[in-house]
Amino acid sequence: MEIFNHNSNIHFLRIRVFSVALAVVLMIASVAVIATRGLNYGLDFTGGVSLVVDYARPVQTGDVRDALDKGGIDNTVVQSVGGSREVSIRMQPTKAMLDAKGQVDLDKVASIVMQPLKAARSDATLKSRSSVSAEVGAELKSDGMVAAVFVILGIMAYLWIRFERRFAIAAVLTEIHDTLVTLGILALVRREFDMTVLASVLAVIGYSINDKVVVFDRIRELFRLARKAEPEEILNRSINSTLSRTIITSLFTGITMAALFFFGGQAVHNFAITMLIGIVVGTLSSIFVASPILLWLGVSKKDLMPVTRENPELARRP
Amino acid sequence: MSDFPRWKYALVALAMLFGIVYALPNAFVPLPAVQVTAANQGTPPVDGALRQKVADALAKEHIATDELVVQGDHLLATFANADVQKSGADAIKALLGDPYTVAFKLQSTVPGWLTAIHANSMPLGLDLQGGVHFLMQVDQSGVLDKLENSYADDIRSQLRGKNIRYESVTRSTVAGQGIVVVLRSAADRSSAADLIAGNSPDLAVTDGPSTGDRYVLYAAIKPTKLRDIALGTIKQNLATLRNRINALGVTEPLIQQQGEDHIVVELAGVQDPTKAKQLIGATATLEYRASDGYPGDARAVEAAQSGNIPPEDNLFYTSPNLGHLPVLVGKRAIVTGDQLVDASSGVDPNNGTPSVNVTLNASGASKMQDFTNNNVGKPMAVLLINTVYETSTVNGKEVRTPKTTTEVINDAQIQSPFGKQFSTNGLGSPKEASDLALLLKSGALAAPMDIVEQYVIGPSLGAENIRKGFDAVMLGLGLVLLAAAIYYKLFGLVADIALFFNLLILVAVMSMIGVTLTMPGIAGIVLTLGMAIDANVLICERVREELRNGSTPHAAIHAGYDKAWATILDANVTHLIAALALMTMGTGAIRGFGVTLGIGILTSMFTSVVMTHAFTALIHGRRKLKTLSV
Repeated sequence: MEIFNHNSNIHFLRIRVFSVALAVVLMIASVAVIATRGLNYGLDFTGGVSLVVDYARPVQTGDVRDALDKGGIDNTVVQSVGGSREVSIRMQPTKAMLDAKGQVDLDKVASIVMQPLKAARSDATLKSRSSVSAEVGAELKSDGMVAAVFVILGIMAYLWIRFERRFAIAAVLTEIHDTLVTLGILALVRREFDMTVLASVLAVIGYSINDKVVVFDRIRELFRLARKAEPEEILNRSINSTLSRTIITSLFTGITMAALFFFGGQAVHNFAITMLIGIVVGTLSSIFVASPILLWLGVSKKDLMPVTRENPELARRP
Repeated sequence: MSDFPRWKYALVALAMLFGIVYALPNAFVPLPAVQVTAANQGTPPVDGALRQKVADALAKEHIATDELVVQGDHLLATFANADVQKSGADAIKALLGDPYTVAFKLQSTVPGWLTAIHANSMPLGLDLQGGVHFLMQVDQSGVLDKLENSYADDIRSQLRGKNIRYESVTRSTVAGQGIVVVLRSAADRSSAADLIAGNSPDLAVTDGPSTGDRYVLYAAIKPTKLRDIALGTIKQNLATLRNRINALGVTEPLIQQQGEDHIVVELAGVQDPTKAKQLIGATATLEYRASDGYPGDARAVEAAQSGNIPPEDNLFYTSPNLGHLPVLVGKRAIVTGDQLVDASSGVDPNNGTPSVNVTLNASGASKMQDFTNNNVGKPMAVLLINTVYETSTVNGKEVRTPKTTTEVINDAQIQSPFGKQFSTNGLGSPKEASDLALLLKSGALAAPMDIVEQYVIGPSLGAENIRKGFDAVMLGLGLVLLAAAIYYKLFGLVADIALFFNLLILVAVMSMIGVTLTMPGIAGIVLTLGMAIDANVLICERVREELRNGSTPHAAIHAGYDKAWATILDANVTHLIAALALMTMGTGAIRGFGVTLGIGILTSMFTSVVMTHAFTALIHGRRKLKTLSV
């Protein structure tokens, strides 16, 4: 079975001005959205409030969660503590729970949370309430930045050694594009940004680089094989001949993430949606953005020929 | 089988066996259990009589137990599910009360022969199985004490330096008034006020009452400074706790500030709360101070006997292995434990005793340099300060009071100036030295902490979410397997088998090195599987291409694997670099995810290239082929 025509010869590079311009616009828009709306940081990053609720009779955490959901309080972490009659609830304060100065008002928090709980089970009583700090400390946020820089430098170094300087630059530029656009979409739809989403964004970086390297690999191969190599034609042929694998892989990875998204429940929801966005963005940029950049950087056949022993430069050396 | 060497078949067979055996323990679901241990030394021991008592109580409440046995010093009761376990624990707690610790436990059901070859199941994270919860209170008063003492010392030396005569400089007994300076005249008071305000911008200076020749001056620490200190204290304690928990290898902990002076710590899968308590609550720190004489010298012995300690000194004793001798030590610390950046244990090359090698931060190093430059030939003392909490019952209520012990572990002449790095000896044993080094390395707590609350928590995701997550994983995996088999036919089926073994080997490796499994970790496994198929897609597409270009089936397989390998290697190495960064730089969920991804990339490279090649060679090897099912 084949879905894609193996003789496809779509002229992807003909629309390079348009596709790259679109990519740049998307990038700028993403930066603007992130700057103005910001990311909707979750409990892990912002901290929130914590309540301990006592029940006279044993209670299931699922029931407590349902009661809170019914009362319009979502994104809560409910745990049973100590035994069967006590639960701890952690969540981010909503607007209604803040006082006039924008500070968390614990009395408001208590009354807003206890209302649906009391409605569901009259034997619920509040035992304690307090505010909690972010789980992710400032030093962890800076570690994340270091990790991102390390990824970019490491990938650049590897591609520089295995391929050539221009490939490293093109890969990293599209990489930054993919990450920014994914974050931009997250900011636009106000998805909660928590630890699992951060992990997912970092996984998007890994996925998209994987995708680009496959196309680059074919470009190198075709350059080396071709006798007369017109860069534009070589790049276009590379995209076309790897096209079915690019899409099939995206499809397969997408299927697993879609299963997580639709059936995996609240805990992996954000992870899966971020990954899905990243897969779409990464796949499109592998096809439409990475190669035009490479072309503009001026990649040519002679840059990619393996260094041979007959090189006169080498022979002259002692 | 010409193009596939025999040793590779053996390798593939071994890997498959390894995957099956070491992933197997995860199939044995642990039983919820309740463990009863004696809380104090005075408690009656856990024995058959106690077992009978518990059995009767549970029977009376109609709570069914699977097993109720005395194992060594504890009693273990296993239950059918978590709900019965909870009511069982409630009943046992009500029966036995305070003298016994009743803790939740998950009793492994992995057969002995598997654990004997170190095949264990993956520990589950907080979100999947819950863990222990500690609420700790940070004792801010200790920090304030230290700070006010050092300000009092400062003021004394400033006044002396400017020749302003004072009667006394003491800490106020009234809270919040800081330091009370008593001077002899109004003129002295105003010049002292100017001096203190000029030199210490964090102090608010106000005039107090004046009677006869006593002119009182109050120097209180400004509220903003106090708030900064309180914030700094709790921040440093949080950072220290994170370091300690990371150093001890408990993965995926939750560490959070709660309210103004509380810290919440939740540790997954920790089954022995007392041990966890020891490791997170330890508050040993070192302090370097100028010593006033040597251990056991005449002045120190006299001070110890008469109780007349010079005002500028403290009297401490050396540690028992140094003879428990009295020694007079200056009140001000030159360098404290929080200025320490690294510590390692070793052996002193000069005298062969255990030692701790210490590295200071820049400010600590410059202080140490200054002090040792000016005091060559004079003694310096190293103090080991330990805070423990003692529980006593006052008026029927439990009261916990901090008790600090300070001992001198080293007091020697400064031979030559030193700064950033130096070593301290005088420790009792190599074990003591390495324990101290671990504690110092993970940082000093800025203020002592006491565990005020401790209990077992349930999983934060709840059974339903866990089940949903598991179902989604199976569904996603099933769909990909199906899609690959349909699209690539026989080659797809081979890839499917390899993918299944990839999952087994991945789980086996993760179980073996003890990676904590969390929900994000599960998502990472799914992602790895989704991407692992990429290598096979690359191979299959290449084989198709070769066939289209007119190669024979055998040549197509050969060229397909050959040409795809370079691509797979490049793509996976770049991906591995990304995973490595997550592993080394991240913490918590990020690190767990990175570890999963990294192991997954390596196992998938093996299964999707070597294993599928072995199967393909086995299927197509000797036959003459006209077509390939790809």
